[in-house]
Amino acid sequence: MSLLEIEKLSLSIHGAPILREVDISVASGEVMGLVGESGSGKSMTALTLMQLLPQGARASGRVTFDGIDILSAPESAMCRLRGDDIGMVFQEPMTALNPVKTIGEQVAEGIRWHTGANRADAEARARAMLERVGLPEKQFPLTRYPHELSGGQRQRVVIAIACALKPKLLIADEPTTALDVVLQAQILDLLRDLVDENRMSLLLISHDLAVVTDMSDRITIMRHGEVMEEGETARTLTEQRHPYTRQLAEASTHVPARAKTPVQKGTTEPLLSVQNVTRDYPVRRESLFRPAKPFRAVNNVSFSLDAGQTTALVGRSGCGKSTLARMILALDRPTSGAIAFLGEDISAKSEAALRPARRNMQVVFQDPYGSFDPRHKVERLVAEPLHLLDEKPGQARRRELVAEALEQVGLQTSDLDKYPHEFSGGQRQRISIARAIITKPKLVVADEPVSALDVSIRAQILDLFADLNERLGVAYLFITHDLTVARAITDTVMVMHDGEIVEHGITNDVLNRPATEPAKALVAAAPDLQRALERRLEKVERA
Amino acid sequence: MTTFLLKRLAIGLVTLLVASIVVFGVLEVLPGDPARIMLGMNASPEALQSLRALMGLDQPLVTRYLNWLGGMAVGDFGASITYSSPVIDLIGERLAVSLPLAMIALLLSTLIAIPVGVFAASRRGGVADTITMGTAQVGVAIPNFWFALLLVYVFAVGLQLVPAGGFPSWNEPWAAMKALILPAVSLALPQAAILARVTRSAMVEVMGEDYIRTARAKGLPRKRVLWRHALRNALIPVLTILGLQFAFLLAGTIIIENVFYLPGLGRLIFQAISQRDLIVVEGVVMLLVASVVLINLVVDICYAVVDPRLRVRR
Repeated sequence: MSLLEIEKLSLSIHGAPILREVDISVASGEVMGLVGESGSGKSMTALTLMQLLPQGARASGRVTFDGIDILSAPESAMCRLRGDDIGMVFQEPMTALNPVKTIGEQVAEGIRWHTGANRADAEARARAMLERVGLPEKQFPLTRYPHELSGGQRQRVVIAIACALKPKLLIADEPTTALDVVLQAQILDLLRDLVDENRMSLLLISHDLAVVTDMSDRITIMRHGEVMEEGETARTLTEQRHPYTRQLAEASTHVPARAKTPVQKGTTEPLLSVQNVTRDYPVRRESLFRPAKPFRAVNNVSFSLDAGQTTALVGRSGCGKSTLARMILALDRPTSGAIAFLGEDISAKSEAALRPARRNMQVVFQDPYGSFDPRHKVERLVAEPLHLLDEKPGQARRRELVAEALEQVGLQTSDLDKYPHEFSGGQRQRISIARAIITKPKLVVADEPVSALDVSIRAQILDLFADLNERLGVAYLFITHDLTVARAITDTVMVMHDGEIVEHGITNDVLNRPATEPAKALVAAAPDLQRALERRLEKVERA
Repeated sequence: MTTFLLKRLAIGLVTLLVASIVVFGVLEVLPGDPARIMLGMNASPEALQSLRALMGLDQPLVTRYLNWLGGMAVGDFGASITYSSPVIDLIGERLAVSLPLAMIALLLSTLIAIPVGVFAASRRGGVADTITMGTAQVGVAIPNFWFALLLVYVFAVGLQLVPAGGFPSWNEPWAAMKALILPAVSLALPQAAILARVTRSAMVEVMGEDYIRTARAKGLPRKRVLWRHALRNALIPVLTILGLQFAFLLAGTIIIENVFYLPGLGRLIFQAISQRDLIVVEGVVMLLVASVVLINLVVDICYAVVDPRLRVRR
């Protein structure tokens, strides 16, 4: 008898079907990976187990946890289960903690509620638990507030809350998606250890096949609210019996076909040249008498980029990649150093003098949902950069240019008069790429352009980037923490750490043989489906 | 925290100073002779002359401003012409009615509004929500003097539980409280209606936050999450409105004080204006400015108490 048994679970919210006849079972002490793209119903499955569904949700079927019928259990019984026998870790550590309560209160609260322990005992247990998740009392007293902690530290607090009472089942819904790869590896290690120590079962929900493969004994693959395939992890992924499993695995390791253009060095003037660029930010002074030492976000960075070349800028969150990108885009000015684009220094020009440079340098952002005004039509959105042209195109010409750009990115002329909400995430990212290429720029800076997209969509967008690079000769600066993306699409890579570029070279050379500590750490932490599968197979053979 | 307080206090003092310049300036900007404006067209030249001397109008502008400011700093607001007594005494007398009235009204409205708002938010979209918020909508729309007359009709004229108007004095505390109860209720209910709506919408927003889900996942029942986790986070907009309401209750009671014939600040300023007693007007306006500044300071401190993130940043 499994600890958790889900049979023919169907769910609809306000009449819209969300889940259809989902079957999942998790044995005691087992790690079950739940994989699927957005909208596949993974999170809703988890919320059904917790009975924390949104209003208007109707579930049918059978969900049995430890002999209790969850779907018919009264709310009071669910309150006893939640936090005690079932713990849950969420995706967004930045918002998962109550900002007005100390971390001690928040961890101790569940302990007190379920065990009836007095304040002192509950706090002692909370302290021990926080210590266990890597937040020792000395640096992280119970009186800390969430805003005084970083994202990774907050996620540790959330894990401490979920595991404080050693639940039989831990549900982790995309627990590391919001973290950088090095933090991700640390948090996954912590989860694995806690599960082993306490013989918990883990239901790990993720869109990342490599992460799930590394962690899970068995795997369930979902799509559009249905289970596609279920089975032992290594076998399921090596045999790939279901076509969707194959599609997902291929998309996760997708490398766009690119004609390998040899990187020419020094033949012509570089497109972009960054010389000894430093950016300091003022820090609040702590004493009236001691001047505050500024925070150095970018420290003496130099590199150059040739026309048509694609370069990745990789590094952990907070390493200074985005600050550097902002200076290259002339949205921010360096404290010292020079940035030359097309042979002209852009680091100290006035906004008017920057226009030719802006025309030749465009940007694609991470979030395809937040980067458009929802009240504007696609035509207007894509045409935005056209004001940078010296000759303003007329109404008809403008429409023509937008249609052309849409065609380049695989959209249709009929999309001109639609609004952003009529498009899916992948299509929106195509729209933002169309907006970036409409002025026929020489350089596109892309800040995590595919990290918000599902793997199959991500593969398509990477193909599009590769294709545009080949056809239009656009150079890319790809800012990413995802080494798979860097490997897939770039010629060279720069590894950034603490504001400095610590390694710079041909992408495959650097990523296969990293020389410096920060680069090694990044490579070691990056999830890789192939390696994860090999490790998993080894484990199975040993057992 | 201390620097935060000192900073707020300094800002408050600057605000007061600026306000004093404006209030003083308005008197100067008024066309013609302030003494003539106060005494009217038919005043005798002797009366005019003595008032001018009394108001110090024969001195240069800056000296007069500084004298006025210096006087207020030591509690000397000048003397009223119509009451022929010091303005500070007048204000003190009236404040003894208006301040308790405002505080009772504020307490009532908070005690009604917050539970109602939380309750409506917890039943969002349900019948109870619709009914309470519909009632609140009506409460916002009803003018408070009309509501006051209704209360008088029912409780004073009909049931004869409380007096219909007037104020004995604080020497008879029970009678004084009884005299204040109807005005306080008629002031409080419309305020409560606004506050309940603000509380509800703030709560609804907070209930959608991730940390509410975290708290529920701990096994806490809905009600406990509502009061322990959501309310404190929803309190910031509520505090803002409360601060504005208190300032309004102190100064904006002119109509209600007239309805109930209460000798409060509102009536003082009303009478002073109609009798052109500009010295009293100046004094009362400055007092109101000071109280608004003080309330804002208190609200700022409350923000910091409620939300730890505000303690470091400012």
